[in-house]
Amino acid sequence: MSILKVEDIYSGYGETEILHGVSVEVAPREIATIIGPNGSGKSTLMKTIFGLLTPTKGRVTLEAEEITGLRPDRIVRKGMCYVPQSDNVFPSLTVLENLEMGAFIRDDDYSDSLEEVFARFPLLEERKSQRGGSLSGGEQQMLAMGKALMLNPKVLLLDEPSAGLAPKMVGEILQKIAEIKESGVAILMVEQNAKEGLKLSDRGYVLAMGKKRFEDEGQALLNNPDVGRLYLGD
Amino acid sequence: MEVFQHVPQLIVYGLISGSIITLGAIGLSLTYGILNFANFAHGDVMALGAFLALVFLGLAQSLGVPAGPFGALSFGLPMVIALVCAMGLTAIAAILIDRILYKRFREASAMVLVISSVGVAFVLRNIIQFIWSPLPSYYFEKIQISKPFLGIRIKPDEIFIIIFTVAAVYLLHIFLTRTKMGKAMRATSDNAELAKVTGIDTERVVLWTWGIGAALAASGGVMAGIEGKFITPELGWQLLLYIFAAVILGGIGSPYGALLGGTVIGLSTEVSTAFINTAYKPAVAFVIMVIMLLFRPTGLIRRK
Repeated sequence: MSILKVEDIYSGYGETEILHGVSVEVAPREIATIIGPNGSGKSTLMKTIFGLLTPTKGRVTLEAEEITGLRPDRIVRKGMCYVPQSDNVFPSLTVLENLEMGAFIRDDDYSDSLEEVFARFPLLEERKSQRGGSLSGGEQQMLAMGKALMLNPKVLLLDEPSAGLAPKMVGEILQKIAEIKESGVAILMVEQNAKEGLKLSDRGYVLAMGKKRFEDEGQALLNNPDVGRLYLGD
Repeated sequence: MEVFQHVPQLIVYGLISGSIITLGAIGLSLTYGILNFANFAHGDVMALGAFLALVFLGLAQSLGVPAGPFGALSFGLPMVIALVCAMGLTAIAAILIDRILYKRFREASAMVLVISSVGVAFVLRNIIQFIWSPLPSYYFEKIQISKPFLGIRIKPDEIFIIIFTVAAVYLLHIFLTRTKMGKAMRATSDNAELAKVTGIDTERVVLWTWGIGAALAASGGVMAGIEGKFITPELGWQLLLYIFAAVILGGIGSPYGALLGGTVIGLSTEVSTAFINTAYKPAVAFVIMVIMLLFRPTGLIRRK
């Protein structure tokens, strides 16, 4: 039983159709990773799931409720958060203010969520009065994830969380993602560090030219010689 | 040199006109930062505020609100009531204009919004002219005598204007840094798409932005009336260049930047009159604006 189900999505920008019928799903407490070459439609898929683009066909279901075409601020209220690939923190706001904005829709006391985020990313607590824009790439990525976690989401969408990071940071971010999953959050991510991403994934998808080419358990995809030859550079 | 003997007095004039420019610049800077377009109707919103205050002033007086002036100031309670009501009503007017017009163009290019704001500017100015005539209207008849202080003449009303402006800037800063809506405004100004994705109701942020910007613009129009004693429908349009120069100088989106930009523009245009013809005041503001755009387009106060 999946918590997020994306069925036969056709979507794109204006007249340009980029996704030609893509289906993916994520079960509770699992990580599903989408890999694929540049321009295969990975980010377009994320944006369509989150209501930033409206699909021409297909449906998105979150916990058995259809959310196709809902506005992002409505989807957030349903318990799904999205961390964009870049520009994912407010640069002129402090780290603490960024996290407060993450909790914008909450009217209750969110101090325990704040403590959890600080416990998960101790660095953010140290830097809480610094401006978001002054953080390094990896720190910004942690802040962006922390900001999403302020809502205790059921599903987290991560668009290339390790893009542009130093190799040491890549491992650390992926480790944090695995921990977040352990705490009970379902994660759908797009990852260009395909091998590292698939290694910690329960489920993997290969997207190319706007279509799904392969789908399997993460480890199985890694061992698939066709996937390795075509998409993992083996 | 003889030309310098007037400089201290011109500095005082510069601080006063700088205050009025600042009150306009804050609102322009906020809407620029959040809606991403240069609102050419902002000056006329100031004029609207000034004329609405005229209506409330008359209303307060005819309702028998005690008109006695406060201390050395040339106005009393009716003017304060008029100021507050004009700020509120101008805010509502700006929100209505947004609902009727600008909201339709939320996804359109900035140029569409700029052009429609030029249209709004004409409509507002002509409505004001139609209702109140193009001739000057007076807040009060009595002329206040300047009190010389260390050889510099300054009126109590003018001290009030400067204090009002500094207080407005301070309160806005507190609002932007301490309240949830204020922080959401800064977040939306940083990155509107991310704000939406984060769950921030950006439409509500837009309403607050128009409301606060217009209320401050109205207060600037009223201050211009208190300072000049009379108001005309052209009041805001004439200030617009100075306001744009102040916003560009101070950096978009920062109230302290607007204060700094407004003060520098006020000071430099006034002080320039000691050396060059008064007619060149707009040219001075324009030159400062162009120099800033060439060398430091992000403004004096860096935001990011």
